[in-house]
Amino acid sequence: MKNTIAITPELVAQHGLKPDEYQRILKLIGREPTLTELGIFSAMWNEHCSYKSSRLHLRGLPTKAPWVIQGPGENAGVIDIGDGLACVFKMESHNHPSYIEPYQGATTGVGGILRDVFTMGARPIATLNALRFGSPDHPKTRHLMSGVVAGIGGYGNSFGVPTVGGQMGFHTRYDGNILVNAMAVGIAKSDEIFYAKATGVGNPIVYLGSKTGRDGIHGATMASAAFDDAADEKRPTVQVGDPFAEKLLLEACLELMQTGSVIAIQDMGAAGLTSSAVEMGAKGDLGIELDLDKIPCREEGMTAYEMMLSESQERMLMVLDPTKEKQAEAIFVKWGLDFAIVGKTTDTLRFVVKHKGEVMADLPIKELGDEAPLYDRPYVETPKRPVLDAKKITSPMSNREALLKLIGSPDLASKRWVWEQYDHLILGNTVQQPGGDSAVVRVGEGPRGLALTSDVTPRYCEADPFEGGKQAVAEAYRNIIAVGGTPKAITDNLNFGNPERPEYMGQLVYCIRGLGAACEELDFPVVSGNVSLYNETNGRGILPTPTVGGVGVIDDVTKSMTLAFKAEDEIIVLLGETTGWLGSSSWLAEIAGREDGAPPPVDLLMEKLIGELVLGLIKDGLVTAVHDLSDGGLAVGVAEMAMAGGVGATIAALPFGLPSHAELFGEDQARYVVTVKNKDALDELSRRVGAVVATGEALVIMTVIGKTGGDALTLPGEMPISLSELHNAHENWLPSYMAGEL
Amino acid sequence: MKARVTVTLKNGVLDPQGKAIEGALKSFGLEGVDSVRQGKVFDIELSLTDKAEAEALLKAAAEKLLANTVVENYRVEILG
Amino acid sequence: MKSAVITFPGSNREGDVIRALRRSTGHEPASIWHQDAELPKGTDLVVLPGGFSYGDYLRCGAIAARAPVMDAVRTHAAKGGLVLGICNGFQILVESGLLPGVLMRNAGLKFICKMQHLKVGRSDTAFTSAYHEGQIIKVAIAHGEGNYVADADTIARIEGENRVAFRYCTAKGDTKAGNPNGSLNDIAGIYSEHLNVLGMMPHPENLIETLVGGTDGRGLFESLSTLRGAA
Repeated sequence: MKNTIAITPELVAQHGLKPDEYQRILKLIGREPTLTELGIFSAMWNEHCSYKSSRLHLRGLPTKAPWVIQGPGENAGVIDIGDGLACVFKMESHNHPSYIEPYQGATTGVGGILRDVFTMGARPIATLNALRFGSPDHPKTRHLMSGVVAGIGGYGNSFGVPTVGGQMGFHTRYDGNILVNAMAVGIAKSDEIFYAKATGVGNPIVYLGSKTGRDGIHGATMASAAFDDAADEKRPTVQVGDPFAEKLLLEACLELMQTGSVIAIQDMGAAGLTSSAVEMGAKGDLGIELDLDKIPCREEGMTAYEMMLSESQERMLMVLDPTKEKQAEAIFVKWGLDFAIVGKTTDTLRFVVKHKGEVMADLPIKELGDEAPLYDRPYVETPKRPVLDAKKITSPMSNREALLKLIGSPDLASKRWVWEQYDHLILGNTVQQPGGDSAVVRVGEGPRGLALTSDVTPRYCEADPFEGGKQAVAEAYRNIIAVGGTPKAITDNLNFGNPERPEYMGQLVYCIRGLGAACEELDFPVVSGNVSLYNETNGRGILPTPTVGGVGVIDDVTKSMTLAFKAEDEIIVLLGETTGWLGSSSWLAEIAGREDGAPPPVDLLMEKLIGELVLGLIKDGLVTAVHDLSDGGLAVGVAEMAMAGGVGATIAALPFGLPSHAELFGEDQARYVVTVKNKDALDELSRRVGAVVATGEALVIMTVIGKTGGDALTLPGEMPISLSELHNAHENWLPSYMAGEL
Repeated sequence: MKARVTVTLKNGVLDPQGKAIEGALKSFGLEGVDSVRQGKVFDIELSLTDKAEAEALLKAAAEKLLANTVVENYRVEILG
Repeated sequence: MKSAVITFPGSNREGDVIRALRRSTGHEPASIWHQDAELPKGTDLVVLPGGFSYGDYLRCGAIAARAPVMDAVRTHAAKGGLVLGICNGFQILVESGLLPGVLMRNAGLKFICKMQHLKVGRSDTAFTSAYHEGQIIKVAIAHGEGNYVADADTIARIEGENRVAFRYCTAKGDTKAGNPNGSLNDIAGIYSEHLNVLGMMPHPENLIETLVGGTDGRGLFESLSTLRGAA
């Protein structure tokens, strides 16, 4: 395609630009763009790169705290974790490509997020992933799931980072749009963090990593496009990942960073060379001039347009100290990677791209980002749903049967089939592997550790986006506390439908507000994140899914806590209030076949007070097991503790005066189940609860609900369920489903 | 000169990947598929022009690296 | 006991095994790059760690087996020096001819990472003197190609010469039921003819602390650390 091709409305539309956006371009540069320039605008101004529909609302999120070193705006977020160390982390989506080619979509999602972390100088030490698939009955679900899981394992295992946690859920609203959100966590010295901001005029711009091919051209545009039935035809644009190349790139970059030669560094992700070069220059108030003749290509005859938009993986761009060029080159030769000087910084504030002696693009560098469209899209609030009265909802089966059905249901069943395909032990620092409230990894030789979790309850967000947004953060907070961690910061991956539809835009706006309210109250700021919109097929959007990736610090990881019952004859205590909340619950969906009712409200003050109480109990060695309650409520929570510990329990008749199925399966928030060894510990626990109540801030409720012991779980008024029966129900669903036996 | 080296598993070596592929083909209702064994194809461009020299080179490549002769066979073809 | 750990492009468990060696021997192992022509003087033990050398491209361990440093490893082994290959290291040893057989794709076709019990074979070698014969230990596995295959003559010879170092088993010692990947005779690790080269698929180096799962892996490193001078 010639650079001076006539720009037709069709061409503009093909580039994902609306007519008024094109007018903005004309006004900005005062002429028609060249084809290369059109490509650059289409990449920089699409939803995925510019956040044009969301950034107005994201501005309201709390992003600061004394321990935050770097908030949103860089490759990843950075927090101080003590002892001169920093934790660098982020979550990102790779939804649309994973639907088209699940293995490669997932691998490149993992690859991209790992690069975002190590480009800042942090060695990745753990990854997590949050996955949403369509209904298990949908014909594509098994294929998509096995491809995505194989891809995540294929990349992470080879690269050499343990995959330690995550979430997996199924719902018909994801039938045509699966979600693959990948989170990476790394450790760096807090005074050796590397940023993307270029400095110094006339400094060389260096390309490192794999050669450039035609992968994913228009990938960033595709990420912003909704699918129609022609989605299968989009296959050629999916990028292919090479974890081996990424491992070499990691080692080479970390070595390079030790030499002091790196002034700025940015990985090439969505919109490849274009976005990384523009951002590096714009952040540093510098112009960038690129000479595409120098770009290492693996295909012949690539045009400027193709080179600027290619999304070939495993590539970085950096600004190098010119006095250290030879030293840097030697490191890349050692690791067998391509290294080329492809341009320089200038003082013109222009982004100039040259190829074969011709200027293919000459654009104002700051305005490319700053003048990206910023939309205040119309939105409507989701109508509030009525609060369901538990007394009016009868159970079609016994609580015993309901428990077995719930723990064997797709969302709650054991995901062992998945995480045994992930190397979760490499690096020898996995203190708590998948299956607990949070993953726990030791940092180096310790004593410090990190608690890592990924949470969101999409059906709550559908019912009430504001409460659902709060709940996602609150659950992450509880999951970190439950293992003995102090919650520090979150990364958020917002997955929503078409923002041009006011009802879906409303979901985005109110979920963000809910997230923000919880982050503020819980001192749990957002330090990085990602937005994925247009997740809809044939006009129907996904459930609103604001995935929250939480990070907490554990001062002494040998004192971290697990949810397993530890011994016989321990006292089981429920902390928090139970009102038998069935609206939008798992029980309501799985057992009563309904998805209505307002979701459980989140009392942020209560979350904070109970959270601090529980953390204190763990630190002072007063409790032997801790589990936060979420999907499936009390009965599921206790069953999970029994199965994990191989110790049964007897739950006494509950004193809440509600229908038993509401007491056992209601999903009231701000609740934990803990065990204590003996009466002395119970008395101390009572005393502490009383102290909180005495402040008048909130009425924390404590209820002794039973005792551990035996090899069965006995619910009030029911025949015991043996541990092996529980185990079979929990473990068998997923392997049977994947073997096609269901 | 274009050449192709095809590497296949020796008879008798268990091929679980081949078996899985076989099962999948049969599940598509493709009647007439009896068995599948999976192998590898290496398409190699040579700067040599002499056929005998090329065959010797490819044989050495197969023996030294491309095939694990403990469990794999190989076949060398000059394509043109 | 001086040890040297080789890093190939794509190795990723060298840190794990270096830590295990450091803790048991009190010495820092030497780190060797795959392009080094020689091992440090006085090396007693060479370790090929786990990982995905060369991305497992072509075949697992195939390209690493042909690396410059492997000539030095071969010479070291021929002189009776100790060589330990773990997971990808085992794959490199069979590709390089230092051990017989082949490691093929797991029978279930999927990568498996989990805790795994092993039955220890003979305990009169440099690697297993801290265990007793028949001991059941819990270590970890993390591999996609751990299915040990060899022809009938080779298997007969290995078994006949009591060179099976470890067999997969359940916690109760049942080998057949405990086999995670289809390996012939439930073989998890084997010795060379003179018992100085050991290749094993499981990861003892990940089970050296209670905090991360258990300490049964220590025995292998403790056995090695009791050696004095070159074998």
